[in-house]
Amino acid sequence: MAGFFTSRLFFISLALVVIAATLPLYVSGYVLGLLTVAFYFGVFAMAWDLLFGFAGEVNFGPTFLIGVGAYTAGILNAQFGWSVYACIVLGAFASVVAGLVLALPALRVRGPYFGLTTLVAVLMLQNFIVVFADLTGGEIGLTIPDVISINAGTNYWIALGFMTISAAILYGLSQSPVGLVLQASGQDPVQAGALGFNIVKHKLAAFIVSAFFSGLSGALLVFYFGTASVGTVVDVAVGVNVIVSAVLGGRRTVLGAALGAIFLIVAGEFLRPTGELATFIVSAVALLVVLFFPGGFLGAALSREARS
Amino acid sequence: MIDGFAISALYALGATGFTLIFGVSGVLNLSHGAIMVAAAVAAWAAASILGVGTYAGALIGVGVALLTAFATYFAVVKPIQDSRRIPNEEKEIFVLTGTLLWGIMIQELIAYFFTNNAKTVLPIVEGVVEMLGVRTPRNEIFTAIVCCLVIALLWLLVNRTRTGKAVLAASMNPRGVTLLGLELTNIYIVVWAIYGILAGIAGVLLGMFLGVSSYSVGPLTASAFSIVVLGGLGSVSGSLIAAFVVGYLETLTAYLLSPAYRTIPALLLLVFVMYIRPQGLLGRR
Repeated sequence: MAGFFTSRLFFISLALVVIAATLPLYVSGYVLGLLTVAFYFGVFAMAWDLLFGFAGEVNFGPTFLIGVGAYTAGILNAQFGWSVYACIVLGAFASVVAGLVLALPALRVRGPYFGLTTLVAVLMLQNFIVVFADLTGGEIGLTIPDVISINAGTNYWIALGFMTISAAILYGLSQSPVGLVLQASGQDPVQAGALGFNIVKHKLAAFIVSAFFSGLSGALLVFYFGTASVGTVVDVAVGVNVIVSAVLGGRRTVLGAALGAIFLIVAGEFLRPTGELATFIVSAVALLVVLFFPGGFLGAALSREARS
Repeated sequence: MIDGFAISALYALGATGFTLIFGVSGVLNLSHGAIMVAAAVAAWAAASILGVGTYAGALIGVGVALLTAFATYFAVVKPIQDSRRIPNEEKEIFVLTGTLLWGIMIQELIAYFFTNNAKTVLPIVEGVVEMLGVRTPRNEIFTAIVCCLVIALLWLLVNRTRTGKAVLAASMNPRGVTLLGLELTNIYIVVWAIYGILAGIAGVLLGMFLGVSSYSVGPLTASAFSIVVLGGLGSVSGSLIAAFVVGYLETLTAYLLSPAYRTIPALLLLVFVMYIRPQGLLGRR
């Protein structure tokens, strides 16, 4: 951990954050808006990577946690008129509770079964939102009266700050003894258990941390967009994007996941002129990365550094 | 009830291919829905745009599914399985991600070339008949019969032919099969071929029955996945039972309560089964 502050990775990340922080001074609001969304997505991807890359559990339902956080915050604000900050805190809290409810039965099973349980959770949430349309706005979505700020620069800084802090916490956690235990239990649960570590407890903790950041980010995103809809925070396709960004950026790196998310969103925007083919190209690139650089962007860069 | 039977039979057909692949090569193919839709859209395009007739159209649909299944195996699954850079215990995850991306690519291509409007393949058999006092489209009965026939054929193929027995053996013990001098890759190719044909028939029938669009890719994969897990991964008879349970549950809910709740009871059942019997109805661990 102490070595990290002198490592090259630390200086590169620091430089990137400083450069990113000065962006509002000279780029347009459009670019800022794009990057704001990308930063929130980065947090989704990092939270997912903690669970998958380290605990070795494929969570097909990142959007379950994101959606619960986002919708809790949105409903409290739109239907009950609570203040923005109370809503965000409660959104993150609700997400943690949802994570616990999901994790307790889900962690009993492993591999594909775990993946399916989480996938089912997303589909249930989606059905729930559509069925209770009075409360949730149904398929059209929920319009939120309050926003954090209408200034693109302020929103951007909030998103950047949030992503940086989350990245620091998640990365720190992943390098800490807890992260190492998680990694061990992901690779060989029997042996890790035999060494006396309580695997279930550690995985549960990873799930809760992942849920907390997903929910918090989801709630912030809702107040940035001003709406909460199935298509933006719950749909399986959103979850797929989160998974793709984490794998693309390099699993088990946490920071790579954020890079992957930013790449995915920005690339999607650049390819907008190609119309409907944009998603095709992005998935094709992602597939090539998966096939030829299984470590992802950051994984490839790090292993080259380690070799030299 | 006949409606439910036809839907269940379709689900069963789609899910058997899926579970066969998993049982033999341990691959969960998340591009399953995309292959089915590709088959249906190809059948639709051949029949409506090229005007080759419904029978030829259906054949073309199945052919396209077969080709797509092979493409999935050679372009995505095989490179990952052969890759030396991916640690063995993570291959499963990579296959999942890879096939998922592949499915999205197929879906987007279909949406690009044929738009994402729903397409209904012209049914091979037209008209309605009176059955037990219910007016039933002949096509539905046809669907149910074809599904049962294909599943029966599959059973014969697996249990009665030499190739089928090799496939069965490979699902039990891959290493044992290679020791007996059979090439594992050939068996995989046979399995993917069977899978492609099954998915193709299911896709074309689905196109005739309910109509498909590129949006149905995700739900189709999810339903096949949940049926297969419900029945027990790798167990063909388990998936058959599960397909009928899910099919009837969905149809009954849609009729008795409201179509909006269609998928909810099946999902609840799935969660329940996962909780008390994680390996599925007939799964082995």
